[in-house]
Amino acid sequence: MLSFNTLVAVCLLYVIFLFLVAFGADRSAARNKSRFLNSPLIYTLSLSVYCTAWTFYGAVGYAARSGLEFVTIYLGPTLVMIGWWWFLRKLVRVGRAQRVTSIADLLSSRYGKSNFLGVIVTVIAVVGTTPYIALQLQSVTLAFSVFARDRSAGWNAPDLDATALWVAGGLALFTILFGTRNLDVNERHHGVVTAIAVEAVVKLVALLAVGVFVVWGVGGGPAGIADAIDEAMRNTPGEAWAITGGRWVGLTFLSAAAFLTLPRMFHVLVVENIGERQLAVASWAFPTYLFLMSLFVVPIAVVGLGTLPAGENPDLFVLTIPLHFDRDGLAMLSFLGGFSSATSMVIVASIALATMVSNHIIMPIWLSIRSEEASVSGDVRQVLLLARRLSIIGVLVLGYLYFQMSGGGTALAAIGMISFTGVAQVLPAMAGGLFWRGASRNGAAAGLILGFTVWAYTLFLPSFGEAGVMSATLLAEGPLGIAWLKPQALFGVTGLDPVVHAVFWSMILNSFAFVGVSLMSFPGPLERLQGAQFVNVLDQTRPAQGGSFPAAAAEDLLVMAQRTMGADAAQALFQTQASAQGKEGYLPDTTPDFIALLERELSGSVGAATAHAMIAQIMGGATVSVDDLMAVADETQQMLVYSSQLEEKQKELTTTARQLSTANDKLTQLSIQKDGFLSQISHELRTPMTSIRAFSEILRDGGAKDAEAAGRHASIIHDEAVRLTRLLDDLLDLSVLENGQVQLNPQREVLSKVLDRAVAATQSLIASQDLRIHRDQGREQVIITTDTDRLAQVFINLIANAAKYGDAKFKRLTIQVGERDGALRIDFVDNGSGIPTESQVMIFEKFSRLTDNAAAGGAGLGLAICREVMDRLGGSITYLPGQSGAAFRVTLPLEKIPHHVAN
Amino acid sequence: MRFRREPLFLARQSYRRRRLEDAARLLPILGVFLFLLPLLATGAGTAGQGMYLFAAWFGLIVATAMISRGLNRWPDMSHDPDEEASSHTPAKPSDPTSQDEGRD
Repeated sequence: MLSFNTLVAVCLLYVIFLFLVAFGADRSAARNKSRFLNSPLIYTLSLSVYCTAWTFYGAVGYAARSGLEFVTIYLGPTLVMIGWWWFLRKLVRVGRAQRVTSIADLLSSRYGKSNFLGVIVTVIAVVGTTPYIALQLQSVTLAFSVFARDRSAGWNAPDLDATALWVAGGLALFTILFGTRNLDVNERHHGVVTAIAVEAVVKLVALLAVGVFVVWGVGGGPAGIADAIDEAMRNTPGEAWAITGGRWVGLTFLSAAAFLTLPRMFHVLVVENIGERQLAVASWAFPTYLFLMSLFVVPIAVVGLGTLPAGENPDLFVLTIPLHFDRDGLAMLSFLGGFSSATSMVIVASIALATMVSNHIIMPIWLSIRSEEASVSGDVRQVLLLARRLSIIGVLVLGYLYFQMSGGGTALAAIGMISFTGVAQVLPAMAGGLFWRGASRNGAAAGLILGFTVWAYTLFLPSFGEAGVMSATLLAEGPLGIAWLKPQALFGVTGLDPVVHAVFWSMILNSFAFVGVSLMSFPGPLERLQGAQFVNVLDQTRPAQGGSFPAAAAEDLLVMAQRTMGADAAQALFQTQASAQGKEGYLPDTTPDFIALLERELSGSVGAATAHAMIAQIMGGATVSVDDLMAVADETQQMLVYSSQLEEKQKELTTTARQLSTANDKLTQLSIQKDGFLSQISHELRTPMTSIRAFSEILRDGGAKDAEAAGRHASIIHDEAVRLTRLLDDLLDLSVLENGQVQLNPQREVLSKVLDRAVAATQSLIASQDLRIHRDQGREQVIITTDTDRLAQVFINLIANAAKYGDAKFKRLTIQVGERDGALRIDFVDNGSGIPTESQVMIFEKFSRLTDNAAAGGAGLGLAICREVMDRLGGSITYLPGQSGAAFRVTLPLEKIPHHVAN
Repeated sequence: MRFRREPLFLARQSYRRRRLEDAARLLPILGVFLFLLPLLATGAGTAGQGMYLFAAWFGLIVATAMISRGLNRWPDMSHDPDEEASSHTPAKPSDPTSQDEGRD
């Protein structure tokens, strides 16, 4: 027989055991032997604070009332865990990068270190969690009362309130001892986490033991259980066990949201996390834990329904079934399981809440009271620790008071759902803050406040029943008889279950307000900086660097840091930073990097908003100024601008390279031509030389028989010498032109006369080649002022070319004179076959000759000389494609005024 | 020539890893589908639905475990996921070239 003394003794022993575990873990962590403590297994087990007494006892009751629906409470977290790569990974990374201490700190830090948001989230968390803590106290006292009722003959029925008070007191002691032993920089509590891991094992083993006993000891194996389930399903009134869409989806979503936003879950998931590897393992190990926790829930429920007398509270089947079958040991284990569930939840929840309350409410108030003395006043650490201890006590007292007032009785699951919905209001601001840079502080605040209000109006206040805050008429008819404001049928939506209705409207309105206000508001620089760091946390592991701060009081910072982080930690940090900067001693330069690092380290103890405020106090207004932060934020922008400049430059370079390559091609071609020309010119020079030599030898040797022959030979020598001279003249002319040494003799003359001279000069060639020249004398009466001799040289060249190279049967050259845009244009168009396109580029180059028609008597310099001449005269000569034959256009700038004067 | 022989292997490795990441992202969608399926199977009794749910649940756990182990075994080249959080020096900037290399 289990006596009350045994029960209390076992309970006490268990508690002492937990204290020892926590103590040992803290000690080995202090001695840096934390390999085991940091293992993914401990992390996974610590996540089991999700499974509270509500889960341990309540799930069975829930299953007894509604069948499989209880499982939605586990499916939501399972989905979140198996989707860790998507959301949790980012959340955890942000948590570590920003030294986040609580979910309120996360939002406050994300939205520009706004303490206002921190306060809102803290209030939501406290209001949402207090009933939950009360629920844990209630479950423990209920469990005690079960033993009391069954064994009342043996011992006095304990006073429920007293039990709750003892439990609350014990929990406060444990939490203060191990939760506030030190202000760990990273807010990690090895002792607490390890104790919770042990409790996780106890509750799993307890539930599995009861399950195995029920299935194989009472229920007759799986087959028997299956029959029992069908039996129970038939016996339940109506369709209570049928799965309904609204609740199934709504509750799965709700539990997933709560898994992320519950303060205690955030604490174990993010704050106590030390690496991604833990998360990777927990992603499958924690769903396995949940799987095992829910495996035997339905069997226990149906066996309880089948074997225990009607009217038995299904919430306590886990205890009453072993007791019914006189399995005292099993009942004891089961009791310890439930006790573990309750205590671990209360411990973690009160640590998380105390952190939030002290960092976001007490510390800011304390700092503002003693604002001028932040660097010189007493030890901040002691104040902080005291604040945290008082907060823990405060949270537990609130829970106890709530338990006192509600007096128990409500089904466990109902309170859990209400609490879940309340804290889930944080989800839109949290998810939006992680994935959307446009999410703003005002949007988050609007969403949180609206969601929280809707939750209170539709679910929390009505939950007190008709005797509570809301009267029956208000519930039935709405305030002032306005039907569409009925708390449980908002805007006329009636078909929903109250919880789903509240989840639906609170989340929808919350999200709408969050997104809408975010879209309309304009965030401050710090907010945008933080937003970028949060959203891009997976891409960048290093905060951006800004300009340098003015020399600020490093010593003041050290004093302040020592008081917040502890002397050793602060000195180590300062020394490391100083030596990283290449300085000796403890006082590094107050660079933006250092300030940012220090702020993050401090926020690990006091939260982002408070740390920001503390540093701002010491550094004064000139330090972490908006402009500096803006500069930091702009750096990315600058990088973008710089890279686009680089791109432009590269484009420029590409263009230049292309031009260079074209030029190179041309040069190569020219070089080939030059080589060709050199051989050509040697040939050209050699041919006349050969004949000169030959004929002069004949003359020397007296080979000429008569005077006539000698004269003929002499004239051949003369002709050849003239040809040589002409060739050399051409070359000389060209080189003179190219070097710019040419002397121009400008004179006024009518164009037609210049043309006349050119035609006259080529008369013999024209006659021999039978070239007809078409001219319009009327249009040629233009007075030009230029070096007309040089111009005539060009014309002669063009006419001679037409005569020599024209390949038509009846050669014809048309000379057209025109005027356009203040320039005189003289076109020489013949009726030959023209110049092929690929050669048009080359014809003005030196030494170029399309055919090696040596008979033409030129050396390929004519057009090159023409081009040089026209350049000197300020005009140009171009090939005019698209005419009937070869066509050249000579352009000459026209001086209007002399022209008019002449007219 | 170590460098010359390795690229083929590395490319395959990082390709495999990216597909694993895809799988990790898609898994919750599969989970939602599997967990909502009982809503359509209204005819089944609680025992049947329960067995289906637990089977699906277990399958998801096994799949997640395999993917997580794979992600751990093939570490991401682009950054160090397990940088020591308590170190006082800011984390080294990740090498941008390796991160951008061969994304597909």
